[in-house]
Amino acid sequence: MERVPILKIGDILLVSIQVDMSDQTAVALQEDLAERIVETGCHGVIIDITALDIVDSFVGRMLSTIASISRVLDAETVVVGMRPAVAITLVELGLSLNGIRTALNVERGMELIAIERADEPYDERDDGPIPEPTASP
Amino acid sequence: MALSADESSRLGELLTSRAEQVTQQWTEIIAGQLRGRLSQAELVRQVQELHRAMVDALGKGTVDLNGEEATELRAVLAEFSRGQARQGFSATETATGVFALKEALLAVLEVDQSIETLRDYVAFSTLIDQMGLFTFESFVRTRESLIADQAEQLLELSTPVVKLWEGVVAVPLVGTLDSARAQVVMERLLQTLVDTGSPYAIIDITGVPAVDTQVAQHILKTVVAARLMGADCIISGIRPQIAQTIVALGIEFGDIATKASLADALRHVLRLTGVETARRQPRREA
Repeated sequence: MERVPILKIGDILLVSIQVDMSDQTAVALQEDLAERIVETGCHGVIIDITALDIVDSFVGRMLSTIASISRVLDAETVVVGMRPAVAITLVELGLSLNGIRTALNVERGMELIAIERADEPYDERDDGPIPEPTASP
Repeated sequence: MALSADESSRLGELLTSRAEQVTQQWTEIIAGQLRGRLSQAELVRQVQELHRAMVDALGKGTVDLNGEEATELRAVLAEFSRGQARQGFSATETATGVFALKEALLAVLEVDQSIETLRDYVAFSTLIDQMGLFTFESFVRTRESLIADQAEQLLELSTPVVKLWEGVVAVPLVGTLDSARAQVVMERLLQTLVDTGSPYAIIDITGVPAVDTQVAQHILKTVVAARLMGADCIISGIRPQIAQTIVALGIEFGDIATKASLADALRHVLRLTGVETARRQPRREA
């Protein structure tokens, strides 16, 4: 069975779907992703679907499920790189992918997550305070 | 009814022996309806070409225009009617161009008034009628292809996607929006969004004469598709009457931003992206 790789870039997990999704692949991806989010403590998930020619209701539901799982684990999901033809088909089918945020490309997706995190009431990222310059004796 | 081989060769002979007279008469009749759209020299060339093609075809023993021997003649006729269609001649004028040959022939045949001549003339007429009909058909075909070409060009021309600002593209829609055009607009806009990576698109409908439920539906679909891809659309250029129609028809644009003018829409987008615009203070002379 093919597995979809999950890459960690800074505070974000990047999932690039390049194979046709089957039931098994989808379930495996959901499990892997949930594990990786807990393991790494990432706050953003970017799912890149540039390579997908066809997005049907099955893939749509899978994306929704992943978004819901990530939300429970306090991570923001952004779907990026949807092709025009795919978007048109989804609209014609009346599928609107509710509850999923989208961006044009990975770069925009990362910006979107950064803005999202900046809006949070308090920052829990453990960057630590900027050290005061110590006066030389 | 087709020509007999005999009649065919007699017509060929006649056209050859009286070539000068026939082409002159023929040219004169057509020249009467030219109204300066074609030079005399050009006309003479056309008539002579037709005449030559006919003589050739009859020489090969043509009895029917659809026959193998008349391929050359058909090509010349098609070329003739294509030229006429492109130069704006009417269908009648084009067909008359061929039917004029009948009159020219009659003038030549009138000298010898026997029953045989009449029979020949009727037989010749059949061939000329076929030629006329063929001309007419190619004329219509040329016109149809012209119209199809123009419609396609119009579709291409009328849907530009322009870049207004870094990350902002606009589609100024001009003319009636039917399904075919809406599809082209949608595809082109979405493709441009991907190519330029612009997260904002402005759809300007100033040039759309009427907005009914169907047009609104097309626009809404485009906006939803753009959203799915991660871009935001703003609809601008809504004229007062259009606004009234939209409300009267009960069209809901939901949470899609609508602005009265393109300038307002651009300002809205710039505010969203955090771009500040300020008027430069005029420099004072010290």
